[in-house]
Amino acid sequence: MAEIIDMPKLSDTMTVGTLVKWLKKEGDPVKTGDMLAEVETDKATMELESFFDGTLLKIFAANGAQVAIGEPLCAIGKPGETVDAPAHKPAPAAPTAEPAPADKGKPAAATNAKNEAQSRPAPVGQVSDLPHPAAPAPAPAQPTPPSTSSGRIKISPLARKLAAEKNIDPSRVHGSGPGGRIVRADILAAEKSGASGAAAPSSRLAGSGRTGPIQDDRIVPASNMRATIAKRLVEAKTTIPHFYLEIEVDAAPMLELRAQLNTALEAEGVKLSVNDFILKAAAEALRQVPAANASWEGAGIHYHGAAHVSFAVAIEDGLITPVVRDTHAKSIFQVSTEARSLGKLAKDKKLKPEQFTGGTFCVSNLGMMGIDRFSAVINPPNAAILAVGATVKKPVVKDDRIVVGQRVSLTLSCDHRVVDGAVGARYLAALRQLLEAPALLLI
Amino acid sequence: MSKKTTTTADKKSDDAAGFRNSPVNAALESGQKIELYRTMVRIRRFEERSLRAYQAKKIGGFLHLYVGQEAVAVAACSLMGPDDHVITAYRDHGHAIAVGMDTKALMAELYGKATGCSKGKGGSMHFFAPEKRYWGGHGIVGGQIPLGTGLAYAIKFKGAKGAAMAFMGDGAVNQGSVHESYNLAALWKLPIIFVIENNGYSMGTSQARSSAGDLARRAEAYHMDWGLCEGHDIYEVRATLDKHLRAAREQSRPSIVEIRTYRYRGHSVADPDTTYRTKQEVEEYRRTKDPIQVFQTQLIAEKVLNESLVEEIDQAARAESDHAAEFAEASPFPTVADIQHDVYWEADNPADRKSAGRLFFD
Amino acid sequence: MPVITYREAIRHALSEELERDANVVIMGEEVAQFHGAYKVTEGLLAKFGPQRVLDTPISEAGFTGLGIGASMLGVRPVIELMFWSFYSVAFDQILNNAANVRYMSGGLLHCPIVIRGPANGGTNVGATHSLTPENVLAHTPGVKVVVPSTPYDAKGLLKSAIRDNDPVMFLENTMLYGEKGDVPDGEYTIPLGSAEVKRTGTDLTIVTYGRSVLHSLKAAELLEKEHDVSAEVVDLRSIRPLDIDTVIASVAKTHHVLIVEEQQPFASVGSQLTFMIQKEAFDELDAPINRLANVDAPAIYSPPVEAEQLPNPQRVLKAALETIA
Repeated sequence: MAEIIDMPKLSDTMTVGTLVKWLKKEGDPVKTGDMLAEVETDKATMELESFFDGTLLKIFAANGAQVAIGEPLCAIGKPGETVDAPAHKPAPAAPTAEPAPADKGKPAAATNAKNEAQSRPAPVGQVSDLPHPAAPAPAPAQPTPPSTSSGRIKISPLARKLAAEKNIDPSRVHGSGPGGRIVRADILAAEKSGASGAAAPSSRLAGSGRTGPIQDDRIVPASNMRATIAKRLVEAKTTIPHFYLEIEVDAAPMLELRAQLNTALEAEGVKLSVNDFILKAAAEALRQVPAANASWEGAGIHYHGAAHVSFAVAIEDGLITPVVRDTHAKSIFQVSTEARSLGKLAKDKKLKPEQFTGGTFCVSNLGMMGIDRFSAVINPPNAAILAVGATVKKPVVKDDRIVVGQRVSLTLSCDHRVVDGAVGARYLAALRQLLEAPALLLI
Repeated sequence: MSKKTTTTADKKSDDAAGFRNSPVNAALESGQKIELYRTMVRIRRFEERSLRAYQAKKIGGFLHLYVGQEAVAVAACSLMGPDDHVITAYRDHGHAIAVGMDTKALMAELYGKATGCSKGKGGSMHFFAPEKRYWGGHGIVGGQIPLGTGLAYAIKFKGAKGAAMAFMGDGAVNQGSVHESYNLAALWKLPIIFVIENNGYSMGTSQARSSAGDLARRAEAYHMDWGLCEGHDIYEVRATLDKHLRAAREQSRPSIVEIRTYRYRGHSVADPDTTYRTKQEVEEYRRTKDPIQVFQTQLIAEKVLNESLVEEIDQAARAESDHAAEFAEASPFPTVADIQHDVYWEADNPADRKSAGRLFFD
Repeated sequence: MPVITYREAIRHALSEELERDANVVIMGEEVAQFHGAYKVTEGLLAKFGPQRVLDTPISEAGFTGLGIGASMLGVRPVIELMFWSFYSVAFDQILNNAANVRYMSGGLLHCPIVIRGPANGGTNVGATHSLTPENVLAHTPGVKVVVPSTPYDAKGLLKSAIRDNDPVMFLENTMLYGEKGDVPDGEYTIPLGSAEVKRTGTDLTIVTYGRSVLHSLKAAELLEKEHDVSAEVVDLRSIRPLDIDTVIASVAKTHHVLIVEEQQPFASVGSQLTFMIQKEAFDELDAPINRLANVDAPAIYSPPVEAEQLPNPQRVLKAALETIA
């Protein structure tokens, strides 16, 4: 019977060989040790050697063919013998004697077998004795712990175990460890005081409807930032006599110019935002109405020589107002670059004190969050703050016709001790003019 | 033909006769000569069969074949007395068969089977048979030489009349550990022969491109004896090594012996074999110096062998290697639980364990 | 009970084992005629002669490998490395040969060798002479690793190591050689793989070994006096095999863990302990496992700064307070 020569393994890492060239042709006599062909492996071009004597009856793989290890290359047999091309072989199975992983003392033979069956499909073309899973993998036997919607409770592994044993709801226990972690002592104290009461209903019951709490009922200690915000805004809202002026501006020219600039100067990395236009316009309007660039200082009013426009940035647990210093003296492109960099530093909590103090005027923009219009609380010692809403399409009257306009709402909160209604109005008028003819901002 | 050439030719044939008639060879009976021949043939057939198995994906990793070098291991191991010891590198199949290991256990080891000589844990490069005083089978070039020096130290320490033969290839001679071993052996007068099986190439780098000077002659710097011989003539190898073995056993004199030999296959069968030498070179050696052919011709001339005995020995060797492969094929693989056996003596001998605590960390 | 130094305790162990078993030999650089670079082997040559106590050339790969080869034939060599830092030039012999020959031979061989010598920083000898490779050694299955902290432990553990049929790496400390302690006369051994609680406490477990045990004990006193904290000090004594049970039992008592080790921190012995403690005593932990190791850099030479690179009582104290914060 003819011998079928398969693609041999010619290197330790080879999986497929390329049949570079046959050195014998069909009908040639072949001896043991003769070179039949050249085969290129992942390492080198090697020679395919015959282990048989006879005649090369048939070649199954042409020059240039890529052939996996074990796939037929040729047949050698007696002259005149006929051979059929062998069927494509299944990939060689893993060693049949491959043992199951050793069981390290866990009495779960059945589970092991099941895991085996689930994780390893039976080899193709082989009847498997392993029990096949009748159904998809069962749900985990352990109920998943109640997930809190607003972040997990920090608790040490030991305290968690104790709380479960003593039926204490950790969410009602104050954590005294680092970062508010509940530690063993807290659970023991809670047990003594009895204050924590019974644990919440099990997650299985709570989870069946929407009756559970929407979040853990808890008191979170005020961070330094939160405490500062609280103090300053109470001071601002209770000591500063606020009044509010509101206008709506045609944003279309600004949007159009912005699109033009961003397209034309894209290669130079220019990417102006609506906020950049507003920051720059706010500074230019202050140049025109400098009375708004001022601070109440008890004994008098400090009129500032430079417009340092700050802008509010929401960060993880509060907000902060980085300052674009000398906004009036910078081009809109400089303002844009600087605002973007300050915004990132703010988000990363890397602002230096001089980068968020010393502002003379503030802009708060909630437009990107879908707010149409709002009134902001003044950021002392500024005399005014500009609240910017979303740019929205709406019907407007133009030349006595109703057309679709792009509008943005601007609300100025003013400190009446410094800025009177007329000053505020003049400021907003200047701002409107600049935004509706935004090319002025490029001068 | 010049006179000089004739003289050289005469001298050569005189040498050959000299080696054949050297005491250690003259003492050989016909049966012993046939056994030497048979062992060489068995090695070659084993290696050829293992190559087939490798190409059929039965064997993993590397496979460093001994084909072409058979006379060296067979000669050396045939000289071993009861207190002599052998250690070698990763081209270790020939020595294993020459010391008398069972080819079934060797083939099973190549197949990674539990019935292998190392229970499927060592593979091609790591054959051991301590009861035959064969200490491996070591993978790192030159790394076995300090161990061989230690065997010689132990022989001397125990006062035995034996010697160690530490084999290495020509590629090993430039490793620091080899020179450290030369120095220790010479300094402490240890009974050892450092045997350099010089097959001409350290992997794919020829001797000329890897080693400065003469290999064995480096012994002079250590005030050691040294020798040089051709490895295709088993009589010559036996005569040369016998002299050095006696010096080691009887006078505790270490030496370095370089044996010029040749391998027909790549460094490992996974490595290309045409980038650094020509096919003609291999063919020329095979045609003129094949150690089995050379010895066969001699033994036929001595009327120790005849055609039919040659055929019978060859058939038996083929059958033996086929049986070894069948045995290996039919044998079970080690189990996953076996992975952690044979790591610590104490873990394998729990009744004698003195230590406490965990030895394994999974 | 006699009070002797750590150095003398090791010497006594060597001497007693040379006496007990004729197959034991001592080899290393300067161990015989010179009396030992740190005088550990002083007097052994005179007592046992040059067959049993051998000076080697400066040739760590050579003589370590020679010892391994000899051990395969039944000799029981105790190889001295003048510094464990020099293991790097014998790495192949130790971790390819000593560790693997048993496995590669399918259990046909074993390798009863001891390699011993000091492994420590703190003596201002710079990066090349200050290695503490117990983690690297213990990383390799097949070898055992012992790091004694007291004269008593050093003697009992070394005697066990010499009688052990597996290769044992025995790491001493030049800064401990002069430390004194009670060591009884006569025969005793301490099994490898047994930790010892060197000080009991209730609030914090300090897991440590080697010279760091001494620092930890000092810190524990300060914790008690100045901070009303009761620290338990567990001395591992051997790294592999490892007595994790004693560690876990202590953690179950104190619920707070500080590991102190004279190691570079990355993939250190402490890293392994941390994994095992969290795996096996997760529910006992009331705080994250803390670790004090060397400041992560090659050993600095500058004497006062090196003291701050390594564990010392003040650093242990600070780390302990962090652990229980």
